[in-house]
Amino acid sequence: MPTFGSFALLFALALSGYTLVAGAVALRQLATGSRSRVSPERLAETARRAGIGSFVATTAAAFALVWAAFNNDFSVAYILHHSNRALPGPYKFAALWSGQEGSLLLWAWLLSIYGFVLRLRHKVDVKLTAYASTILAGIQIFFLLLLNFAATPFSLVGGTVPPDGFGLNPLLQYPEMVIHPPMLYLGYVGFAVPFAFALGALMMRYPGEKWIHITRRWTMVTWLFLTCGIFLGAHWAYSVLGWGGYWGWDPVENASLMPWLTGTAFLHSVMMQEKRGMMKSWNVWLIFSTFLLAIFGTLLTRSGLVSSVHAFAQSSIGTWFWTFLVIVLSVCLFTFILQRDHLKAENKIESLVSRESSFLFNNLVLLAACFTVLWGTLFPVLSEYIQGNKVTVGAPFYNRVAVPIGLFLLFLTGIGPLLAWRSSSFKSIRKNFVLPSIAGVVTAIVVIACGVRPWEIFTTSDQGSFYSFIAFTLAAVVVTAISAEFLRGAGVIARHTGQNLLASMVHLARRNTRRYGGYIVHFGVVVIFIGIAGSAFNQSKEEELGFKQSLNIGPYRIDCQSYSQDSNANYDTEYALLDVYRGGKKVTQLAPEKRFYTASQQPSTIVANHSTLAWDLYVIYAGKNPDTGQPIIKVFLNPLVAWIWIGVGIVVLGTGVALVPNMTAALAASRNRAVALTPSAEAVAARGGD
Amino acid sequence: MLKLPGLGRLVTITLVAVITMGAASTAVRYNDLGHKMMCVCGCNQILIECNHLGCPDSDRMLGELRASIAGGSNDDAILTAFQEKYGPTVLAAPMLTKFNVIAWIVPPAVLILGIVATAVLVRRWRLRAAAIPATPPAPHFPAMRERIRRETEL
Repeated sequence: MPTFGSFALLFALALSGYTLVAGAVALRQLATGSRSRVSPERLAETARRAGIGSFVATTAAAFALVWAAFNNDFSVAYILHHSNRALPGPYKFAALWSGQEGSLLLWAWLLSIYGFVLRLRHKVDVKLTAYASTILAGIQIFFLLLLNFAATPFSLVGGTVPPDGFGLNPLLQYPEMVIHPPMLYLGYVGFAVPFAFALGALMMRYPGEKWIHITRRWTMVTWLFLTCGIFLGAHWAYSVLGWGGYWGWDPVENASLMPWLTGTAFLHSVMMQEKRGMMKSWNVWLIFSTFLLAIFGTLLTRSGLVSSVHAFAQSSIGTWFWTFLVIVLSVCLFTFILQRDHLKAENKIESLVSRESSFLFNNLVLLAACFTVLWGTLFPVLSEYIQGNKVTVGAPFYNRVAVPIGLFLLFLTGIGPLLAWRSSSFKSIRKNFVLPSIAGVVTAIVVIACGVRPWEIFTTSDQGSFYSFIAFTLAAVVVTAISAEFLRGAGVIARHTGQNLLASMVHLARRNTRRYGGYIVHFGVVVIFIGIAGSAFNQSKEEELGFKQSLNIGPYRIDCQSYSQDSNANYDTEYALLDVYRGGKKVTQLAPEKRFYTASQQPSTIVANHSTLAWDLYVIYAGKNPDTGQPIIKVFLNPLVAWIWIGVGIVVLGTGVALVPNMTAALAASRNRAVALTPSAEAVAARGGD
Repeated sequence: MLKLPGLGRLVTITLVAVITMGAASTAVRYNDLGHKMMCVCGCNQILIECNHLGCPDSDRMLGELRASIAGGSNDDAILTAFQEKYGPTVLAAPMLTKFNVIAWIVPPAVLILGIVATAVLVRRWRLRAAAIPATPPAPHFPAMRERIRRETEL
């Protein structure tokens, strides 16, 4: 099987090479009008088919590695180092992306899947797809070169093959690790598609904005994958790392955030190009930057450029990535300089107080946030280069610098949709802002009445209360603004159709899925901010907890019922059984664990979490006191964390809505007529209407 | 007679407040300083949050932190002492010294410059647009306007 895998990778490289060369020649012939023995159309078709063949070959290679993991083929060095016989099945599958070589294979495989879908859907726009396919082949070649010559996943073990593998990193033996990396990679890799379309459209001087329409769905799906990947990672960190938090501003976390920020900016600013023919160069560079940052993020985790607990082992492939980055940047720059006249804006912004301006500022703030994260991530390298010594740029830096930028973004999320296109009059601003402003003021008063003291920022070094106060207030403003928009539109539909308000809201969203899906996404973002704001009020306690001893935190009492140890083929474990009481009534039993994995000889924490909408009771088994033999239990009471995951769910829902095509005007009209004929919404529902 | 109990109460309250403040501030300072430093074992975790089994450094460092606070050193002196002992990477964020101040200044400066530049640019576009006499609307303009109206209003 290793030989088959190696051959499949080599074959995939050959096919991708053909896709690139044949595709480029065909497109060149089409552009210049020159003819040869084979017509450019036929040549382009062979390139497309070779691209599909490359997908088959890369899939075969990925299958070969997974097969080797499931069959405990420890003659493959990668399997020896990332699996063992007792490893449960799902984690053997996860071994595919647990190490450097495997994760690069995952990159190449996902890229080939995207390429496969793109090439199957080539009839959307044959010529533009041919450009995009050729560019994707170029990217694929880079990863296949890496896999064939620099980070080969099918290298064989020299000498005697050990009877068992060294096992998977214990931190990765958690259900979310089976889904988080593929999600994240689907996000990273997926940005290659809009990038390829943008670059292709620029190369061929694509008329109009159709390329944006074609790539919109790709971009949104990719963005959604990246969003899910980031938050699954945060949830994994929260559940596994056991330090009580979900985001540590680690360089690898930052690497995933940067393309997300520029990708979000792109999703917003393309609307300006679609609606008003503006910001064309800006959009092209946004998607270029997003792809470059995705590659840069991959480089960060693999080159040893910055130190991170999540990073793969330091290796020489950093040079490959730098070279690739330089090549991609050069191609982008060269194409842009050559074709920049094609990107001339059709309109200019006419007022500072307009929807266009709000998009512009939104982009600016997103890019400033991205720059801050990039700056913070690379500052240690800069410091070492200039001062000769490294410094750490951790959470305190980001809390002071990035959080205010995030809050400013939340503010813009609220006011942007309230402004009209082209220009907003003072009267309309006053009309639209009254209700959200009142909601903001009322919330501010309630938050202070609940005990939040924002002015403590002037007397202590703690900024948490101030930030959470601002976040809660802005959240109220944004939610009111979004609700008002929904209610206003739904009210009009309800008056015209006689539907109830909820049905009218659904109807409204279906009429303009993009707009109202976007509002739902914004609402989800607000909910996430609320969840994050809760972290300012975290409490923690650490105590040795013997049999029948208790610990109190917040409204909870935790009684230790027992503590013991156990073992299976994969790991040994120590755990405590803790009864949790609230108001004298038992609410749950928690069993935090400390595992020690036999194959890898590494420990791991298994957090026990009792999550409610108000707070998480997050319990860690911190080890045993060697003198008494009693367990040390660390407890966190983290307010509002559940809202972060709920917010992500709302974001997913909103993106899903935005991806659904609009109910066409004709369909809407026919339905409206049908609804108008019926006396009640119930009758409509009974007929399967809206 | 009435003034003395009042004064007594005031003194007692002040004393209790000062004592409590001191007690609270020690815990707060420990927590604050613990969050301003990193564990040096290579786990990349904030010192007070370092939780991995058998960490060779965090317990010792936290002990040193407790001792430093109890010894009466101020926050800056404690951070400087840790920095001298463990190197600059022990601080979770760069101190405001010489070159490191750039780390703090550049991101907000970039944002402010960006906002100012955008505002100036938009203003210039607006003035330029105002200076050009109004032209009849492009043929596609009403259609576009209708589309915008459809998508923004109901």
